[in-house]
Amino acid sequence: MAILAHDIELSSLMQQVVQMHEDGYRFLTITVDELDEDTVELIYHFDKDLRLRNLRLITPKDEKIPSISPIYTAAFLAENEAEDLFKVHFEGLKIDYKSTLYYDGYDDEHVLKMPYCRISTTSSLDGAPKVSTQTKENKEETAQ
Amino acid sequence: MTTIIPFGPQHPVLPEPIHFKLTIEDERVIEALPAIGYVHRGLEALVNIKDFKQMTQVVERVCGICSAMHGMCYCMGIEDLMGIEVPKKAKYLRTIWTELHRLHSHLLWFGLYADSFGFESLFMQFWRIRERVMDINEATAGSRVIISVNAIGGVTRDISDEHKNWILSTLKDIKAELTDLGKVILQDYTVKKRTVGVGVLTEAEAYELGAAGPMARGSGVAIDIRQLKYGAFEDLDFAPCVEYGGDCYSRAKVRYREMLQSIDVVREAIEKIPKSGELAAKVTGFPKGEVITRIEQPRGECVYYIRSDGTKFLNRCRIRTPSFANIPAVTSILKGARLADVPVIILSMDPCISCTER
Repeated sequence: MAILAHDIELSSLMQQVVQMHEDGYRFLTITVDELDEDTVELIYHFDKDLRLRNLRLITPKDEKIPSISPIYTAAFLAENEAEDLFKVHFEGLKIDYKSTLYYDGYDDEHVLKMPYCRISTTSSLDGAPKVSTQTKENKEETAQ
Repeated sequence: MTTIIPFGPQHPVLPEPIHFKLTIEDERVIEALPAIGYVHRGLEALVNIKDFKQMTQVVERVCGICSAMHGMCYCMGIEDLMGIEVPKKAKYLRTIWTELHRLHSHLLWFGLYADSFGFESLFMQFWRIRERVMDINEATAGSRVIISVNAIGGVTRDISDEHKNWILSTLKDIKAELTDLGKVILQDYTVKKRTVGVGVLTEAEAYELGAAGPMARGSGVAIDIRQLKYGAFEDLDFAPCVEYGGDCYSRAKVRYREMLQSIDVVREAIEKIPKSGELAAKVTGFPKGEVITRIEQPRGECVYYIRSDGTKFLNRCRIRTPSFANIPAVTSILKGARLADVPVIILSMDPCISCTER
């Protein structure tokens, strides 16, 4: 069982989205999934009169994807989220958080600064991220 | 002179953390930039370590206000993938609990809404009524908030005849009390002064910015996923509540009408629920394929995308919550607003940061 989705190429993405907009579809969201280490799949979901239409785009992870936020402003949040969580890159975002939507920012050691603690992220051998938290207090203890 | 005001993340009119960077000129907001991510939990990523049955409990914890709706939407998706026919009685029970969730969610919102413009006695009145709905949750499902009644294939509990009668009499009392409070929240001079014409979102903007739920219906966009007749709605009377003002007052009016509508839906469902029958269908095997399910939560349309390759663990479970969808719209209407109206405008969206930070 599969959802009804039109397979599209990266080069025709904007043309298809413009067509959706002209046909009166409203933007719902973007589902991103990692198919393998180098490939991602993006499904753009649209709705009109409670009928769904989906566009499926499969592209290399390091390829820059044109942002659809100039056409559908609402897409800026979903695209920024995809940048943060899947490390895909969008070009021409209307509001670009530069991969800081979910985090205050990275420093050189990949430490995320949160209001209450600092979270360091390292990669294990099997590629799964390991997360350790460090509060201000225990950071001082570690330093001593 | 231009000033930047950080609105939130510490208790910005509601106890959940969201931040708006407001650029103001004199008293007017000229730009608003939202920031989320203070409590992001990564629940979608749990598909790697929780199997498809355990994920029912995970998705219920996306939100503490509409937990039953997340559970129902997820189960509907898995049932669709596995070709499971849910018993009619289970569909009715799910609908009763989810509409009770809508009722208590809107009551909670009305309390916070009244509090946002300083009407504290009204806040207490709404929350007092809400407790009666929470009592129904506790008596029928065993807990007040995360009620865990949904399971793949149906529900885990039944509602006894004694409880059904008690629910009907309680809802009758609640409706009478809401009718009294409606005169205040919808007709009071001070309330109208703070909400009519404030934070106007036009119908075209609501559609264009992907607004969901009362945020869209308050602007005249008649979208309600219950029109798709999921659950027991295939047998029940339903038409979406729509208002056309586009302001905070219209959004409140939509929610007020929806509370009364939910009471009617629960009453009709209790009258029509099959007297006997299975609570859940048997589940064998694993889900395979991909599916999109949608459900109307108190804050609007929730979308689940689920993909599985026929093993115990899902490949992907994407959750698009209505609060996430409403952020672009609220950011848009903040532009041009008076600084004093910002709390009311943000609250009129009914922001659920727990949902947003799934």
